[in-house]
Amino acid sequence: MAVEPALALRGVTKRFGGLAVSDDVSFDVPSGARVALIGPNGAGKTTLFNLISGVHKIDSGAILLDGKPIQDLPPRKRVRAGLSRSFQNIRLMPHLSVIENIMLGQHTLATDMRSLLTPLAWQRKSKWRIQARDSMMRAGIDVDPDASVGGLPYGLRKKIEVVRALMSRPRLLMLDEPAAGLNPRETAELSAFLKAVAWDGLTLLVVEHDMSFVHDLCEHTVVLNFGRLIYDGPTRGVQDDRQVREAYLGSRRVGAKEIGHVA
Amino acid sequence: MSGYLSGTLAILCINLIFAYGIFVTAAAGQINLGGAGFQAIGAYATAWLVSQTGLPIWLIIPAATLATALVGFLISFPVLRTRGVYMVLATFAFGEVVTGFLLHSTVFGGAMGMVVPQHIELWVLTVSAVVVTIAAFYLMATRLGLAMRSVNDDEDAAIVMGVNVRLVQVVAFTVGGAFTGLSGALYALNFGFVEAQYFNSLLSIYVLLFVLIGGAQTAWGPLAGSLFFTLLPELFRIGGSWRFFVFGVLIVLMMTVRPEGIVTREMVRRLSPRRWWPYRTREVYHGG
Repeated sequence: MAVEPALALRGVTKRFGGLAVSDDVSFDVPSGARVALIGPNGAGKTTLFNLISGVHKIDSGAILLDGKPIQDLPPRKRVRAGLSRSFQNIRLMPHLSVIENIMLGQHTLATDMRSLLTPLAWQRKSKWRIQARDSMMRAGIDVDPDASVGGLPYGLRKKIEVVRALMSRPRLLMLDEPAAGLNPRETAELSAFLKAVAWDGLTLLVVEHDMSFVHDLCEHTVVLNFGRLIYDGPTRGVQDDRQVREAYLGSRRVGAKEIGHVA
Repeated sequence: MSGYLSGTLAILCINLIFAYGIFVTAAAGQINLGGAGFQAIGAYATAWLVSQTGLPIWLIIPAATLATALVGFLISFPVLRTRGVYMVLATFAFGEVVTGFLLHSTVFGGAMGMVVPQHIELWVLTVSAVVVTIAAFYLMATRLGLAMRSVNDDEDAAIVMGVNVRLVQVVAFTVGGAFTGLSGALYALNFGFVEAQYFNSLLSIYVLLFVLIGGAQTAWGPLAGSLFFTLLPELFRIGGSWRFFVFGVLIVLMMTVRPEGIVTREMVRRLSPRRWWPYRTREVYHGG
């Protein structure tokens, strides 16, 4: 029996007015894989993330999480089904502390009334807090857990957002430009951290412009252009693909030998 | 205790409970400018129950509280369809509808108001205020409180965290309704008389100011706001009729200097004894 892919898109189509922002997109993200989603600006990468996480409803097609259709579920039920995401612009709760932001990520695990009414702030040794502190430490977030997130450096907030997205113990983690704005050292750290969490069976789908980060992290790449899938294959081959080169560089320049890289 | 002092303390207790009623909804990101309407429901429910039924007070107070909670629950559905300034207007309109209805109803005495032939001791007010304060602190400490605050901060991101935003908002409105109704019941029993004219829009504005000036980020805010608004005008009595002028200037100053309220989260954290406990994290994970 074949293993179901963690995420499968089948002919996913979405139109805003007359414009097809996602046009018959189909691809698989195999279970446990690390897949990059790239494409020029305006290709529809973030839109596709929004369709998968349920911010927008799709017009036609199907989105399968572990083989089960999720396209009709509201966003919060998709989280419960095992899907978690981060945002392109950091969306931490500005008035919550570091540990509170991370504990918010556990929300889907607190299913009964009792865990909703446990006074988290008063129990310094609750399993929720210990779990959150543990995740902070593993990600190397070395700050006062009660500090407000507002004043923290950008790279750190970015990391906190990834950790928060991991707290719901997702099957599939979708990251929207996690390396944007990070310095090379932070990028390398993030890549190592993501490889370590993926080692535990997590599946990753990453939108990213930083190609060295993509090469380092993702063995498989999917390329979008104008809402259409133009490449679905190993990351190694992406720069040699004619359509991809056309999408990034324009059709006139593709023949020119001196251009050795995209993005 | 002098009559003046016990009178002021009674008003402080009622205002505090009232403020927590508005705070609970504000903490979940909803501004309720119809507070007076909710308080009127609690007060009139009490007045009606006292005059029409022979029920003991200890049953009437919870009944009036529950009745207002039910109204809060029901009204949350249409109100939550609106956003931002429209939600403020919708709650404001609700408050006006309640007082308008009371003014024109014969059952509730119309413009004549209703006499409440029962009285409660000051200790009942004090105990109620303490219980509500503790309940508000407890609620804000729970995961539900965390969800409420996250809805206030970023509704869309809260949804992606799996928070049932609508449910959280409905709960906030219901609990807020209960607290506000309780304050109304205590008001009726303390003053022995209710009239619709008292529950006007100025009262709604005042109680919202208690919360916003006090700070809506933590449960300390309504406490600070109620103390500020109840006690300062009393202190300024020596200034005669200038006290309202001074008070107004102070409010504007507060809004300029501390736009997020007198008490903020950051301030609570700085003053918290936990801050000096040695428990910073150490880097354990080194990647690769």
